[in-house]
Amino acid sequence: MAPNDKVDVLIIGSGASGAAVAWSLAEMKMRILCLEQGDWMKPTDFPSNGRDWEARRYTDFEISPNRRGRDTDYPINDDNSLMKIANFNGVGGGTLIYTAHWPRMHPSDFRVKSLDGVADDWPVDYWALERFYDENDRMMGVSGLAGDPGVPPRHPPMPPIGLGKTGTRYAQAMNRLGWHWWPSDTTIATTDYEGRAACINLGHCTPGCAQGAKASTDITYWPLALRAGVELRTRCRVREITTDEHGMAAGAVYYDADGVEHFQPAEVVILACNGVGTPRLLLNSASARFPDGLANSSGLVGKNLMLHPWPIVSGYVEETLDGGRGPINCIWSKQFYETDPARDFVRGYTLQFGRGTGPANQAMVGAASGLLPWGRDHHRRYRTMLDHRLSIGVACEDLPEEHNRVTLDPVLKDSNGIPAPRIDYTISENTRRMMEHGIARAEEILTEAGATQLYASRTALNYPGHLLGTARMGTDPERSVVNEWGRSHDVKNLFIVDGSIWVTSGGVNPTSTIQALALYVADQMKQRLATLFD
Amino acid sequence: MNASSESGLIDAEIRALGEVAGAMIPENADLGMPGADDPVILRDIACSLGRDLPLVREALMAIAARSRRAFAALDQGSRDTLINDYFAQGGAAATALGRAVLGAYYRDDRVLLALGHEPRPPFPKGYRLEQGDWSLLEPVRRRPSFWRDDRIVTAGEG
Repeated sequence: MAPNDKVDVLIIGSGASGAAVAWSLAEMKMRILCLEQGDWMKPTDFPSNGRDWEARRYTDFEISPNRRGRDTDYPINDDNSLMKIANFNGVGGGTLIYTAHWPRMHPSDFRVKSLDGVADDWPVDYWALERFYDENDRMMGVSGLAGDPGVPPRHPPMPPIGLGKTGTRYAQAMNRLGWHWWPSDTTIATTDYEGRAACINLGHCTPGCAQGAKASTDITYWPLALRAGVELRTRCRVREITTDEHGMAAGAVYYDADGVEHFQPAEVVILACNGVGTPRLLLNSASARFPDGLANSSGLVGKNLMLHPWPIVSGYVEETLDGGRGPINCIWSKQFYETDPARDFVRGYTLQFGRGTGPANQAMVGAASGLLPWGRDHHRRYRTMLDHRLSIGVACEDLPEEHNRVTLDPVLKDSNGIPAPRIDYTISENTRRMMEHGIARAEEILTEAGATQLYASRTALNYPGHLLGTARMGTDPERSVVNEWGRSHDVKNLFIVDGSIWVTSGGVNPTSTIQALALYVADQMKQRLATLFD
Repeated sequence: MNASSESGLIDAEIRALGEVAGAMIPENADLGMPGADDPVILRDIACSLGRDLPLVREALMAIAARSRRAFAALDQGSRDTLINDYFAQGGAAATALGRAVLGAYYRDDRVLLALGHEPRPPFPKGYRLEQGDWSLLEPVRRRPSFWRDDRIVTAGEG
């Protein structure tokens, strides 16, 4: 085992939360090291550089690691889950392949027990996070429009993405229905911003942005963190966190790109591996002292997995719209976000309105829905679809349930022999009712917009990669894994900053809140430095 | 180097792939659309199978079995029916075949030009997205805030 110098802070994972916490802690002038199992990506790596840009969404830029199969990926057994797992392993993590949609959680999302009588309240509230949301918005660079009556005040530093023909069509329908809509906040730069060039509408930017207009942490937080002295070591896959004779984290055992095993000692270990990778690592760090996995005296490591069921309802209008010539983000609606006692479910959802897609993907989604036939009628029907598509995503909050969980697969292993995560996940009855409510409203909107050929894709095709809740935060060590500032109840120098620590999921894309929480935890660590392990 | 050696398919499989692809997306001269069995497109399909080669091979075998190994002899209506019935059953093999054919077909220069699209990658030129009608936002701006402020509301006031 090769010896490594001890560091003050070891961060595992360089994605949304790992980058934010590294940057924030860098001002403390400690020796900080981040281990990342993936590589740096170059702008020329991204599909929009080539004619095969659409096909690559299903190969090396597929959102499912099982399908993508890069040598930097690990397999995930998600056979027992209708929702599949999406992630990306590289510097920037999931921010490389997210849609850059940027809603915040609502204040009510942090108090679901008090307000709605379900699940648990968070040990922090929106107002404690507000300044970290703002700081993160500046760091990531957010485009949007202030004044939305559906969300708390915020002030995006750049103007919103244009409505385009598609957004205008949605807006007209929403106004006729009298329902709320607003241009979506996004981390796609609409002006030159902090060294990033403005968006030039390369199309659906999920598989990376060749222009660099979409914020991913490799081009936002990391350059600043590296300049401040943080070390980032790529192609390092961590197997386990070890502990010393006092039950404190001693460091991490990892494999380099050549499969050589190393031990990295550290004073503090911070996990930022997402809601699947973090419980996998904790469970694989079982020892005589921690036989059920590290930081797992509550038995909750891996439990309460939340994935955001995400039906998508689509239709087609006669007018030629934007198609795939612009970011997928368009507008959102908070009309049905807050709990309404008149409904047959609690909590709510965001409606997300999408633009169309490119020629090949349009054909693929048309064929998958059964609306686009093969054979002689193919061309006629296809021409009613390409550049005529409207689609509305229903971002549903799923509540925490312990039977939805991440465990270690007894058979499946990654290329280093580390047990793969296994996912067991079902959708609750409350969420199913919410989904059907959202699908019905989306169909109303599309019909009002003049769309026909409506099709609702409920879950199988839609997995947003929102991996939440598997090491929840709380004040009670018997009912949570980390405390109200991200420190493990059991291991006093072990912190978690990724989506694992979420108590509930809200009905929004999580990256904004994941990073705000990471900045909050980092701030708490800095404030408590003298008593960090007490 | 030919499509057969580049794709991993043998010549007979290339022929079968061409017959099936041509049935999936036939030529339409009136619209200026080549068929997916066009030699250039077929070569692109075959050469882009990659990891999906076993699944596409499985799909071709399943379609051949459904046609009692006489797919090429079927009339166009029967081919349409067989192909649509096969894809309606779903499954990984059908998905792989569909993606391979569509992914290659809808990046062909002639196809894109016939559809009014530029045959080029999105980067570096990008596309123009118009601003749209922002005046539509006025009635929304006039709405009072309706997010729940947890500093004010209490349980049951949702």
